[in-house]
Amino acid sequence: MAYFECIHLGKTYKTPQGDAVIVEDFNLKIEQGEFVCIIGHSGCGKSTVLSMVAGLNEISQGTVVLGEREINGAGPDRGVVFQAPCLLPWMTAYENVMLGVDQVYYHATKEERRQVATYYLAMVGLAGSMHKHPGELSGGMRQRVGLARAFALSPKMLLLDEPFGMLDKLTKFDLQQVLLDLWNRERLTAMMVTHDVDEAIYLADRIVMMTNGPAAGIGDILSIKFERPRDRAEIMDTSQFYDYRDYLIDFLENRAASAALEVA
Amino acid sequence: MSTTTADTHPPATPNAITPAKKWSYNPNKVAHTLEKLGLGYFSPFARLAGRDEPAKQIRTIAQNTFLPLLAFAIFLFGWQLCSGTVATDSQKIPSPGETWDAWNGMLAFSAAEKAKEAAYYQSLEERVARFSAMASEARAAGNTGRAETIERRIAKEEAKVYQGTTTFFDQIGISILTISVGFLIATLIAVPLGILCGLSPLVNTALNPLIQLFKPVSPLAWFPIVFVFTTWGIDQPPASSIWQRALFTSAGVVTLCSLWPTLVNTAVGVASIDKDHLNVAKALKLGWLKRIWKIILPASLPLIFTGLRVSIGVGWMVLVAADMMAQNQGLGKFVWDMYQNGDTASTAQIIIAVFFIGGIGFLLDRIMLVFQRLVTFEEQTI
Ligand SMILES: Nc1ncnc2c1ncn2[C@@H]1O[C@H](COP(=O)(O)OP(=O)(O)O)[C@@H](O)[C@H]1O
Ligand SMILES: [Mg+2]
Repeated sequence: MAYFECIHLGKTYKTPQGDAVIVEDFNLKIEQGEFVCIIGHSGCGKSTVLSMVAGLNEISQGTVVLGEREINGAGPDRGVVFQAPCLLPWMTAYENVMLGVDQVYYHATKEERRQVATYYLAMVGLAGSMHKHPGELSGGMRQRVGLARAFALSPKMLLLDEPFGMLDKLTKFDLQQVLLDLWNRERLTAMMVTHDVDEAIYLADRIVMMTNGPAAGIGDILSIKFERPRDRAEIMDTSQFYDYRDYLIDFLENRAASAALEVA
Repeated sequence: MSTTTADTHPPATPNAITPAKKWSYNPNKVAHTLEKLGLGYFSPFARLAGRDEPAKQIRTIAQNTFLPLLAFAIFLFGWQLCSGTVATDSQKIPSPGETWDAWNGMLAFSAAEKAKEAAYYQSLEERVARFSAMASEARAAGNTGRAETIERRIAKEEAKVYQGTTTFFDQIGISILTISVGFLIATLIAVPLGILCGLSPLVNTALNPLIQLFKPVSPLAWFPIVFVFTTWGIDQPPASSIWQRALFTSAGVVTLCSLWPTLVNTAVGVASIDKDHLNVAKALKLGWLKRIWKIILPASLPLIFTGLRVSIGVGWMVLVAADMMAQNQGLGKFVWDMYQNGDTASTAQIIIAVFFIGGIGFLLDRIMLVFQRLVTFEEQTI
């Protein structure tokens, strides 16, 4: 059995117009230490899948298995980073990270916990600003805190939902680098939703392409064979990169709408 | 690894050394702080001190000073007119001048009262000293029985307290004590109950009719009911104690009238917490105590304090009436006693009390405003 697995995962909302099937029969296996990106058109159900895995959205059909156990509700064994950093504005960056660290390392001493939080904040480049409140931080810095908070949990799995979607291009590049550096050290199993094709190729081992909703599922999966650690400039110099890119864009433009039928 | 932003330090140097910055006067920052503290009037002064658009600041200061002064002058004029015309058989509306005289009289009376009290305690001390000397003399002479008699006398003397008239300023103190007690109890009831209502729609459904029913009730109607409770539950302490039963009756009325705004605001604040913040708690599986303490309470503090601010305003307004009914030695009692006197000088003292009631109410509001602004965190925009 795979480290992580979605088995016949589905989501149905009850609406006044009857049942709305958003996601149906979503099957995906992820090996330990693998980085998987999910791409798909806006509104197809990517966030829905991710939030079900996170335990923040109820699962309608099927199951999710993580580390040989079926997930049941949310928990700190999954580190979640959303598009908005969701920091608590009344706490400093450090306190925001500490909130999770206290929860996971409740058996450790205060000093050990402090070290964990400080280490991850330093790793994301916030050593100098960790005692600032989110209101005093830029959007990019806030998302760094979000990454530190997720990694500091030492989770079984990392779940990211378009974490850099609201950032400008330069900041986004920096944060992709921060994420990749952290990930290279810890090799956490990761599932990341994005609609940025370049980002997906740069970060992922495999890219899952979702078909358009309603009743969205997996249309195709592409393995990215670049070696790690990766260098953005180097990768973008290869023709392979553009082949991947063309393949993904072709899926989104031509196949996403009909792939569901194709699979069926 | 190729990072480009300035805020990316290598983790090896966790504490980047910032160059020592010389302190400099930042008029904008000082002005903002003043505004935050509810002292917005002084913020143009701070800006002026920093040479920040001096002409504009002077204009603002002039406006903020002279317009209120002008209004006050018109008010004084109107008051003077009334004092010449509004009169009954026994009294009339005192003029501003007469009121000022009454104020000086109150100051003199209070000073005299304090002097009397000081003299009383001085003579008491002297007596105790004399008795002590006598007691030790008796002991030295071997007359233990006499020494003990004198010592008992000393103890009796020392237990004596001055039974003077309560002055206006004592009554202000009692009023502030009363509202503090009433407001504290109201807060201790309203905040937890509000959190419960905000968290649980069931509790909210259960309590809402009661809240709506009791919210508009007048303090005069609550008084007899509270009176029964305090008479039943509180033993009348000696007259020298400040914790009189009437104080608690009055405070109870304040509680019953002032807890509603806090209760309602807390419930709304808790019910409308950002879903993202609750998701953080959910994703981390925080226990319920931590969830309330670290997420729910801080997130709803701004609204809780909005409620508290309204509550303390209502409480202060109600207090004067409650004091009158309960015969609690506060400002309400002062107004009532003066009203009973029924002469022009007493009415002048009531006018002084009115100014104090207004002034203290304003001050309480400002204090709450400062707290309210302190707990309002900067919202994140992304
Ligand atoms: N509570 C809900 N009731 C009905 N439909 C919903 C609800 N929440 C989300 N949806 C629908 O689910 C679909 C997938 O949403 P989402 O997972 O956020 O898409 P994505 O993240 O891929 O952009 C959208 O079409 C949205 O309208
Ligand atoms: Mg989404």
